[in-house]
Amino acid sequence: MLQNLIDFFRPHVWPLLFALVIVAVVPLLAGYIVLLERKVMADMQARLGPMRVGPHGLLQPIADAVKLLLKEDIIPESADKWIFWLAPLLSVTTAMLAMAVIPFGPFFQIADLNIGILFLLGVGSLGVYGIVLGGWASNSHYSLMGALRSSAQLVSYETAAGMAVVSALMFGGALSTRALVEAQSQSHMWFIFLAPVGFFLYLVASIAETNRAPFDLPEAESELVAGYMTEYSGFRWALYFLAEYANMIVVSSIATVLFLGGWLRPFPNTRALDFLDYVPMLLMLLVGVYSLYRAPKQPVAVQKMFMVGVAGLCFLLAIVLALPVFAPAGSLLASMKPGLHGAFWFLAKVATYLYVFLWLRFTFPRYRFDQLMALGWHFLIPVSIANVLGVGIALYLHRSADDGGKGWPLAAALVLTTAITLLLAGWLAKKSDLRERVPAGERF
Amino acid sequence: MSETIHSGFSNVETTVLGADELIINMGPQHPSTHGVLRVKLKLDGEKIVGSECIIGYLHRGVEKIAEHRSYQQFAPYVDRMDYVAAVSNGLGYCEAVEKLMAVEAPPRARVIRTILTELQRIASHLVWLGTHALDIGALTPIFYCFREREEILKIFEKYCGARLTTHAFRIGGLQYEAYDTLEHDVERFCKDFQHKVDEYETLLTENRIWVGRTKGIGVLTADEAIALGATGPVIRASGVEWDIRKAMPYAAYSDYEFDIPTRKNGDTYDRYMVRMEEMRQSARICLQAIQNIPAGPIMARIGKVLKPPAGEVYHAIEAPKGELGYYIVSDATTQPYRVRIRPPSLINLQAFDTMVRGHLVADVVAIIGTLDIVLGEVDR
Repeated sequence: MLQNLIDFFRPHVWPLLFALVIVAVVPLLAGYIVLLERKVMADMQARLGPMRVGPHGLLQPIADAVKLLLKEDIIPESADKWIFWLAPLLSVTTAMLAMAVIPFGPFFQIADLNIGILFLLGVGSLGVYGIVLGGWASNSHYSLMGALRSSAQLVSYETAAGMAVVSALMFGGALSTRALVEAQSQSHMWFIFLAPVGFFLYLVASIAETNRAPFDLPEAESELVAGYMTEYSGFRWALYFLAEYANMIVVSSIATVLFLGGWLRPFPNTRALDFLDYVPMLLMLLVGVYSLYRAPKQPVAVQKMFMVGVAGLCFLLAIVLALPVFAPAGSLLASMKPGLHGAFWFLAKVATYLYVFLWLRFTFPRYRFDQLMALGWHFLIPVSIANVLGVGIALYLHRSADDGGKGWPLAAALVLTTAITLLLAGWLAKKSDLRERVPAGERF
Repeated sequence: MSETIHSGFSNVETTVLGADELIINMGPQHPSTHGVLRVKLKLDGEKIVGSECIIGYLHRGVEKIAEHRSYQQFAPYVDRMDYVAAVSNGLGYCEAVEKLMAVEAPPRARVIRTILTELQRIASHLVWLGTHALDIGALTPIFYCFREREEILKIFEKYCGARLTTHAFRIGGLQYEAYDTLEHDVERFCKDFQHKVDEYETLLTENRIWVGRTKGIGVLTADEAIALGATGPVIRASGVEWDIRKAMPYAAYSDYEFDIPTRKNGDTYDRYMVRMEEMRQSARICLQAIQNIPAGPIMARIGKVLKPPAGEVYHAIEAPKGELGYYIVSDATTQPYRVRIRPPSLINLQAFDTMVRGHLVADVVAIIGTLDIVLGEVDR
């Protein structure tokens, strides 16, 4: 009996462990992305950002989480209580669920579903229910308008994002996330270089899908107060927040898997560039040394110790990342290299992608709702369809080599079709240029 | 539900609603109504079919207070109307009383007044630009604007010790002599500032989203603007070249060269362009003024107790937001018999309903922003 149980659970031990790690780490990570966002924002706006809680505000996310947990939990009297209660959970669950198929390394993945990307898209679009139901259950005009905007926006941009994903899938020839990364390893080329238009479309659509500026209309604070979250407070509000940032991690991960080579190092198969393996270790060393350098400048003894602790953590990570590189080939340590370095490269790429999110947020004003819809339907969707067609034609031209030996070089075929797609995009962009819009009275 | 209409503004019929219509209430606690403005919007979907501004949440009875204070005592109160342009308010009041008493401030005082008032115009426009951009979703310009505004406030602080409600001028001239490095500070700021305006413009002027959000939004034709009594950048963006600094020069404006920027379309984008150009022109005036500050006294010879002859006076200046007028009736005592203030924000806000109809909810905040209202001034 016991043996049966053990046998039943044995294959699931690692996935369960990974799931626990993800559930524990992602909220923390989300908190620190918020800190990162505030720091990046401060940097762009000529100020310092959070500096009070911990050295350089490093404990700010913890303080925020504690504050939100301790806050009174208000449910408006006129709200639909059950749905009001359920909606944030729905949002956060779907966001976390999507993490299941993301490969943070060749080894660190909860489940390698053979329909991985399809699963991601499906679960991702379920997330909108959390927003719509939350807005509806609040029984407030601002919330309702936020929810309606959000549903329209997500449905529109899901289409464009899906089409952009397809262009990468056509090169990968699989839906499994792991298989897609391996395909990029075999073709010696990240798909961003094969389908640049697809990557760009996905970038735009993913910003819209996560309700981030300049597409943050569902929670446009200057118009709708806080959109669908207006009536939420305390920990329920924190759950929505967590869902938003978890979603950002998810879309960044999808982009990394599809277009940026997942856990692969840049130029994974070029022996001449093997020195790139030292980059993770050196980067960690650098951060550690900088933390040590800053430690004596902290005002309080506790903060000094904290900075030394941060430095120690960085050195530890540097050692962990260095060991497989310096270990003799074939040893156990060396065999851990893809896993450890994979996680590093994966997170580095995700972080870069997230940085673009933040960068755009602090640079651009917000679109208006009708402009957002116009951009989605009149620009992104036609271009994404053209892009899929273009990639298809390029692949067909290339593969006709197998039939009669008269195939095109892939690069030439791709340049040709990409140029045609870009021409279409340029024409559409000119046509929909808001700078030459019709006067206000004739818009409706 | 029958609502009293508090203002003479337009009236949203709250009792009759179409099947698709919705009334929402923006403010008085709303992040982008610039204080305590309350706007009732009648919506069809997100399209606005009617609006009503409800004001008075910041009413402090400034005009009534004036009747119980001596002329000098009332001067600090006017600073609290348009609190982002306190210097301009003070200038208007002091000059109005001077006109009533038929005295003139000495030339040195008038030049210093001009410099400080133009700096205040820049500061006020910077606050407008920052908050307007923030309403439209651009998070960053406000910090750049406040960085430069800080320099102006430092100059004010060095001059009179206060940053916001300065009470910089006195009836009859100035209380304080200019501090030693005033010219140098103003010159350094104004020369630097020309590039800063270019910097703001790189963030916004050609930005596709910004243009989309502002062009064709809140159009006010020249006729409408005149009929509604709009003044300041609002009327100049509609193509009417009306600036009291040129039309009825006061302080030392007739001595300096500057242009009145105007635009044709009268939309939010044009008002943005007009104000950007005005900031440059203000810096230009300051640079001319510091070249030659006349020597001499800073205070006219007036008694300690002001008793203007019985009579009335109307004096208007070009405040950053438009025509700021003071109508003062004197009964030959030490206190005014009546002070009536024409605040530009209130009159410009009348245009709100005309501008907002047919637009979307998101445009409401753009239009409130472009009117550049300060509720302290609207409600007084």
